Amino acid sequence: MTATTTHDAHHDEIPTGIKRWLFTTNHKDIGTMYLWFSFTMLLIGGMFALVIRAELFQPGLQIVDPNFFNMMTTLHGLVMVFGAIMPAFVGLANWQVPMMIGAPDMALPRMNNWSFWILPFAGILLLAPMFFGGNFSSGQGPAFGWTFYEPLSGQYDKLVFFVFAVHLLGFSSIMGSINIIATILNMRAPGMSLMKMPMFVWTWLITAFLLIAVMPVLAGVVTMMLTDKYFGTSFFDAAGGGDPVLFQHVFWFFGHPEVYIMILPAFGVVSEIIPTFARKKLFGYASMVYATASIAFLSFIVWAHHMFTVGMPVAGELYFLYATVLIAVPTGVKIFNWVSTMYRGSMTFETPMLWALCFVILFTIGGFSGLMLGVAPADFQYHDTYFVVAHFHYVLVSGSLFAIFAAVYFWLPKWTGNMYNTTLASWHFWLSTIAMNLTFFPMHFTGLAGMPRRYSDYPIQFTEFNAISSIGAFIFGFSQLIFLYLVIKTIKGGEKATDKVWEGSHGLEWTLASPAPYHSFVTAPEVK
Amino acid sequence: MKLPFKRMTQTISTLLLMIVSGSVLAEYKLNFQEPVTALGQEIFDLHMLVFWICVWIAVAVFAVMFYSMYAHRKSRGAVSADFHENTTVEIIWTIVPFIILLSVAIPATSTLIDIEDASDSDLTIKVTGLQWKWKYEYDADGTPVSFISSLNPEHKLASARNSGVDVTKIKNYLLEVDNMMVIPVNKKVRLLVTSDDVIHSWWVPAFATKKDAIPGYVNEIWTKVEKVGIYRGQCAELCGKDHAFMPIVVKVVEEAEYNTWLAARKVEAVAAAAEAASDKVWSKEELIARGEKIYMGKGGCFGCHGANGEGVAVFPKLAGSAIATGPAEGHIDIVKNGKPGTAMAAFSSQLNDLELASVITFERNSWGNTASVVQPADIKAAR
Ligand code: HEC
Ligand SMILES: [Cu+2]
Repeated sequence: MTATTTHDAHHDEIPTGIKRWLFTTNHKDIGTMYLWFSFTMLLIGGMFALVIRAELFQPGLQIVDPNFFNMMTTLHGLVMVFGAIMPAFVGLANWQVPMMIGAPDMALPRMNNWSFWILPFAGILLLAPMFFGGNFSSGQGPAFGWTFYEPLSGQYDKLVFFVFAVHLLGFSSIMGSINIIATILNMRAPGMSLMKMPMFVWTWLITAFLLIAVMPVLAGVVTMMLTDKYFGTSFFDAAGGGDPVLFQHVFWFFGHPEVYIMILPAFGVVSEIIPTFARKKLFGYASMVYATASIAFLSFIVWAHHMFTVGMPVAGELYFLYATVLIAVPTGVKIFNWVSTMYRGSMTFETPMLWALCFVILFTIGGFSGLMLGVAPADFQYHDTYFVVAHFHYVLVSGSLFAIFAAVYFWLPKWTGNMYNTTLASWHFWLSTIAMNLTFFPMHFTGLAGMPRRYSDYPIQFTEFNAISSIGAFIFGFSQLIFLYLVIKTIKGGEKATDKVWEGSHGLEWTLASPAPYHSFVTAPEVK
Repeated sequence: MKLPFKRMTQTISTLLLMIVSGSVLAEYKLNFQEPVTALGQEIFDLHMLVFWICVWIAVAVFAVMFYSMYAHRKSRGAVSADFHENTTVEIIWTIVPFIILLSVAIPATSTLIDIEDASDSDLTIKVTGLQWKWKYEYDADGTPVSFISSLNPEHKLASARNSGVDVTKIKNYLLEVDNMMVIPVNKKVRLLVTSDDVIHSWWVPAFATKKDAIPGYVNEIWTKVEKVGIYRGQCAELCGKDHAFMPIVVKVVEEAEYNTWLAARKVEAVAAAAEAASDKVWSKEELIARGEKIYMGKGGCFGCHGANGEGVAVFPKLAGSAIATGPAEGHIDIVKNGKPGTAMAAFSSQLNDLELASVITFERNSWGNTASVVQPADIKAAR
């Protein structure tokens, strides 16, 4: 099935000014906007993180009050998950999916525009209450953690802003996913069967189905909170016969697949990059596809491992323990496949490869701590401590975020037509990697030693590791400015990139000119 | 900002010193606290088992990876092979991890079953999480004995910004309470954990017991401590502003000492109940004096409404507030019954009539407020 596209002359003129961005239906423009939005959010969420780390540098409160601190942890989490990581992957999908499957654009370009432009409004709704209450220090943003557990979140009197922000985010994600699925299923070049699709496209196809399945669940749970708060229902209010634990079940039924939504496309990116720089075909393509699909399936049946301490029946706890550790099997398959791709390859270590290799190592470490957390009896000790914080930052920062950086360094020459400054890129890589480990590795220890997470102040035995984490976090945060500078510089100019860009490039996107033409494949390529 | 900066430079320099001298590892725990229960030991062993399995897998996988990165690099003239699948290998690395997982799942299952078996306990204590303190309820031969355990208010005040106090000088900073929970050594103690407001989590790392305190649920855990001593833990589930300020301190004593302690508590409880129930009319001064103690201590009111009634963060101030200076009925109503959907709890479940009357009278006659005195009888009369 291919869309044959004929273009009118006026289509090829790129509109200029603000209108180009407001009304655009072009997958590249929309992809670009997603990526810039995501980076802006990364900086905002990063600032929140730095407030947290500055406060935790020492015991005692120096900079903010406890409520403000909680607001920072909450908004840091929400902004990073919904504002930075997810939109970045949608941005990558927008840029890359049409180019990788040999299509001219996305299947539903107008919806594409809409799904992006909803996002800034959701962001505003989420962040606005921070500025209520006159001065900044008495900001009234949400302060109940990114997991917004009832009944604590029910005590928040600006809840309505939060609820509608989440609704908008949900609309945006669902529309984005429908678009990606429609594009992948209908617009592949002739000859590109499903089992010939690039891994990045595969992982996004599966991710999009996950999104469609769980975003309505998230919308449902916040709607129940809304009616509890304003319309007298008591879904989650024990005094009214409701059940606070129900909230957690529904939330994590969304939340667990959500964490795979943030990592599957990262697997896709890494599966594109490693074969390119190892100059060898991806090992076990088919098993990669099946592993991704099984991880996606398992992600629906393990949610309660986030809530082992709520007091489930033993049988329930045992089931969730077994199902959870089972995920290690397909995840292991992926890691073994990547390593086997490198084995007897002909490797070089350009910037994207550095990030990808770092991803494999650090994500694996995050995977190990995940396995430990899955073992319920031990989880009773780890749960809600910094050990968990260390775990999910290893999979989300050195996992998802590093994969996003890898992707940008991989495809940026194709997008801009220019090669970037590799010295700067190396600085960005090494500083980020070292600082990331400096920040998050000690958290394993603080957690095991017993420091609970989301604490604005702590007993003094945790001082030293917290201080190290804080120093790491500041280095990490400021290193990202190198990336900003590098990207802007590359957009403005630089050494011209060839069409193929990398010696080991394979795949349709590298057959297009650099920079890629405004409409990707006007005539569909043939895939053998 | 002068103070934090000084502290900051201090910490950095001590930190560097310690790293250089290698004492970081000596002084700072990298792993769980030493368990003092058999269950804790079992969990600790399980934790170490999984940890070492992870380490060995990591060593194997990364060894192959680093070897390839070294040996199969283009700059050394490596030419890529063209294999890209191998069914045998792929089956092996699906099955082997599965078997390794079984070796973890089996001990995990037995530990989990032990953890959840609270039968045949020697005594039961009810633990209730409250924003931001714990309530412990014992049964002393039919007489209920209950008390609230909250963070030493001096620690809270020291924690505040610009307190001018160097918290590193405070002993057991953030881990000291006014009333410790007391349990006998070598007895199986069953805890029924619940909450009256939001979700909290009762956790003492050395016992390896963590359970969420959830409104509307009564969760069961048990512990059997084998060593006399004082053990400290903290609330582990985000419960609002002062989540970091509701520690748990458990004193484990010999059985005889436990019995003496409980008997003394029982006498106090009976006396307090009699005092609250008597229809004595109290003087304004008496009530204010008692009320201040409750405001700053057991009631924990200062945590939200401020030590000077000035209000903290999003919580209302009481100095000059319409309710605290208006008719007594309104004031009694909100303290006694709370306000659903907000953080203002119904304090009738935590304070007796005398205590309610005292704290209300205190609020009505402090920080420039001048309003009527409220007697225990007024509380009783109010709905
Ligand atoms: C967990 C935080 C918290 C604690 C602890 C707390 N309160 Fe409150 N209190 C509130 C909130 C929130 C309100 C506002 C409720 C509303 O929206 O009307 C409030 C309102 C009040 C009011 C009415 C103020 C007004 O003018 O509207 C009084 C009086 C009061 N509290 C007394 C107390 C007393 C006495 C205690 C201690 C026994 C106490 N509070 C402890 C949070 C708290
Ligand atoms: Cu708590």
